[in-house]
This record gives sequence, C-alpha cells and structure tokens, in this order.
Amino acid sequence: MAEALTGFLAALGRPVLSALAAVGRVAIYAAAALGHLLRPPFYWREFGQQVMQIGWFSLPVVGLTAIFTGGALALQIYAGGSRFNAEAVVPQIVAIGMARELGPVLGGLMVAARVASSIAAEIGTMKVTEQIDALVTLSTNPMKYLTVPRLLAATLTVPVLVGVGDAIGIMGGWLVGITRLDFNSAAYLKNTVEFLEAWDIGSGLVKGAVFGFLVALMGCYHGMNSARGAQGVGAATKAAVVSASVLILAANYLLTEVFFNA
Amino acid sequence: MITLSGVTKSFGSNHVLRGVDLVIPSGKSVVVIGGSGTGKSVLLKCILGLVRHDGGTITLDGQDVTQAERDPFLARFGMLFQGGALFDSLRVWENVAFRLMRGALKRPKSEAREIALEKLRRVGLSPQVADLFPAELSGGMQKRVGLARAIAAEPEIIFFDEPTTGLDPIMAGVINALIREIVVEMGATAMTITHDMSSVRAIADQVAMLHAGRIQWTGPVAEMDATPDPYVQQFIHGRAQGPIESVR
Repeated sequence: MAEALTGFLAALGRPVLSALAAVGRVAIYAAAALGHLLRPPFYWREFGQQVMQIGWFSLPVVGLTAIFTGGALALQIYAGGSRFNAEAVVPQIVAIGMARELGPVLGGLMVAARVASSIAAEIGTMKVTEQIDALVTLSTNPMKYLTVPRLLAATLTVPVLVGVGDAIGIMGGWLVGITRLDFNSAAYLKNTVEFLEAWDIGSGLVKGAVFGFLVALMGCYHGMNSARGAQGVGAATKAAVVSASVLILAANYLLTEVFFNA
Repeated sequence: MITLSGVTKSFGSNHVLRGVDLVIPSGKSVVVIGGSGTGKSVLLKCILGLVRHDGGTITLDGQDVTQAERDPFLARFGMLFQGGALFDSLRVWENVAFRLMRGALKRPKSEAREIALEKLRRVGLSPQVADLFPAELSGGMQKRVGLARAIAAEPEIIFFDEPTTGLDPIMAGVINALIREIVVEMGATAMTITHDMSSVRAIADQVAMLHAGRIQWTGPVAEMDATPDPYVQQFIHGRAQGPIESVR
C-alpha cells in the first residue's frame, strides 16, 4: 500500500520537477540573453535582417487575420447586441476588442506560428549541422549573433504589427458595418475614434512587445537545445510554437489583470 | 604545442575519453585515427572548448585552455568541419571572410572580400563561386570553401574533422593534397581526425590511434605500417578479425 502510494506520488512529482527544471533553464537562458543585449558587440546587420523577417514579412498574415477577425467581431456584436437593443455599440466594442485583446493576442499567435517555428527550425538545423560550433570557433558568440538580434527585432516589431493589425481589424469591422449592417460610415468612424482611449491602444502595444519577446525567446531556446537529426529539429520546432502560444495566452491574462483590474 | 594529459569525458554512463595523453608539437601535422564513435571529434572539441572535458588538463603553449581568454585563444585556431558547417544564409565569400568582418580582426568589406577571393583561389575555386550560396555548391566545393574559411585569418593551428568524408576518391585526394600544401606553406600546427587511411598517409607527420577512450599507439607516419600493435594493424588494414570488435 505504502509502496503504491510512493509510486503514485513519484509519478506525480516527476513531471512537476521536470517542468520546474525546464522553467529554470528558460529563465537562465532569458537572463543570459538580456545580459548580452546590454553588452557589445552588436550585430546590426543581423538585427536588420530579423526586422525584415519577423516584422515586414509577417504583415500579410497579421493583416489578413485582423481584417477577418474585425469583420466577424462586428457581426457577432451586432447579433448579440440586438438581443437588448444595443446594436449601436458595434464600433466601440470592435475598437476596444481589437485594440486591447484580439489585435495583440491573435497577432502574437500568428507571429508565434510563423516566426517561432522558423527561428527554431533555422537555429536547430544550424546546431545539428555544426554551424553553431563553427560560429564559436570563429570567435562569435552564438547568443549575441543569433539570439540577441532575434529577441530585439521581435520585441520591437511585434508592437508595430499589433498596431497595424488593430487598424486593419477596426477597418474590417467598419467595412462589415457599412456594407452589411447599415451603419453610416462617418458615424462609425467618429464613434470609434471618440471612444478609444490612448491606453486602450498602448496596453495592446505593450502586450505586443511582451509577446514578441516570448516568441523569439521560445524559438531561440528550443532551436539551441534541439536534439540531433531531422526528428530533433522537428520536435524543437513544435515545442517552440506550442510553448510560445501557451506563454502568450498566459502572459495576456496576467497583463490584462495588471492593466485593467479595478 | 598542445598537450593533453589524462583527459576524460563522459556523456552520462558513456565514458568516451578515459584518460587521453597526447602531444601535438608546433608546426607538425598530427592525425588521430580510430573507429567510428571512439571519441575523436569529442577530443577535438574538448581542445577548442566546444565540449568541456571532465578531467585531466589540456594546455596550449603551457597555458590551460580552460583558463585562457576565449577570443584571443580561438583567434589562433581555424577549423574545417566534417560537413563544412557553412552558414546557409551567407554567400560563399561572406562565409570565407566571416572572421575578417567581425571582432578583433575586422577590416573593410572590400578588403575582406579580396582576401576571401584569394583564399578561394588558393583552394582551387574561381571568383564566380564567391557570390553563390553554399546550397548551390557540390560537397567537394563546400569542403574547399570550408577549408578557405579555416585558413582565411591565417591561424597558427588548424583542425580538420573528417576532411574527406562523403567525397569521391579523386576529390578526397585533391582535398588531402590541399591540406598538406597549406599546412606546409603556412607552417601551421595541424590536427586531423579521420578514419580514411589515404588521408593519413597524405597529411600526417605523426599518427595517434584512439581506442577505448585512450591513445592506443602514437608514432611517426613512416612507422605506422611496421608497428606490431595489433589494434593499429587491424585498423589500417581494415580487417574484421582482431582485438577491435567489429560490432560496436
């Protein structure tokens, strides 16, 4: 009986300890990366390339996600609001929903899918083909050369993507509002602009910066710790996307608590 | 001179190096032979600090490599990796000039490119190759580019990890000849890891055989064929029968 209980507790404790160890390793990796962020040398060319890769080339997917989400949100709010004669709040709720929540979260998740996977696969492949070792022998710190430019680029560009996504999402809602829900175009835009406060947008941008950091961190961490072979790189890529997505949703809740908890 | 004394390294319960003693004299070309999985590459990575050895000491000109300042230490080395390890995202000339465009050896881009083109010519590649990406090259060309990168900053010590693996015999011969020429021309200290006996005969001044985590035999290449050591004899003649288990 005692043995069975011990076995049961051990089976419960093992994954908890393993998860805590993983959290510790990620925290140490993040702290090391932040330390390198503050000390030269800086690889500005690599940073510029990552700004293009993470920011510019993610614009289409974030924009498409935002426009469809904004449109669907307008339809849902209109349908829900009509139950208590509140159809007129569509512009305001679309704006606040996009700026505070859907813009940053969906933008972050789309970037996680596109960028965390790409970073993990690239760095993982570099690891298994000894390119990381080659960097070291060429007196180049992989943390500075690979991780720091990606972290910095993602932290700076994802808020911009979120801002653009917010605008496109609101435009999606406006488009549906004036074409399908009989809203007056000028009145819709006026209501949106007058209702939104700076912090509605600012909080979303701060979330975007945090999500960008998490996406790049997970991509780099799992890539650097990729096991050998194609299977190892595949597993690292999957782990990067899953962990980045879960962390984005968890961080979103925590940030919402901090920003908007009355 | 690189000196290894009692170097040990384990990965979990797998004791790869069990006390390696080896001296690589300055200006000499030492080739380490041994079967697959005997820890040859680990040995090389321990010297460079890519893998931290568990026990023993490794010194470069009398200084413990674990105590040496990393950048000046690594600046003395060049390395040709088994698969080339060229950076996919960079053009061939940028790979070759990588070290010349960053850090302490940084110089203007045009000068770095000129040096890269000269090193590419040295390994028999035309300037037209310089602007291609590594994925556009054959395996033999990638090895040559890796060799050009290893010698770009004219290091004192060059490591070659399985330089002819995956190449046809003619290309392997070309690479072996290039390595020998370059090492002699530069007066560099060279350490090569291989199980290709044609490489050993072409490149080595001295041979060391790694077996069961220790140096089984070491001596001048001219004495390798005559040594009575049964491990060396089995290895160099590729016999299935002998003291080395064929199934490892």
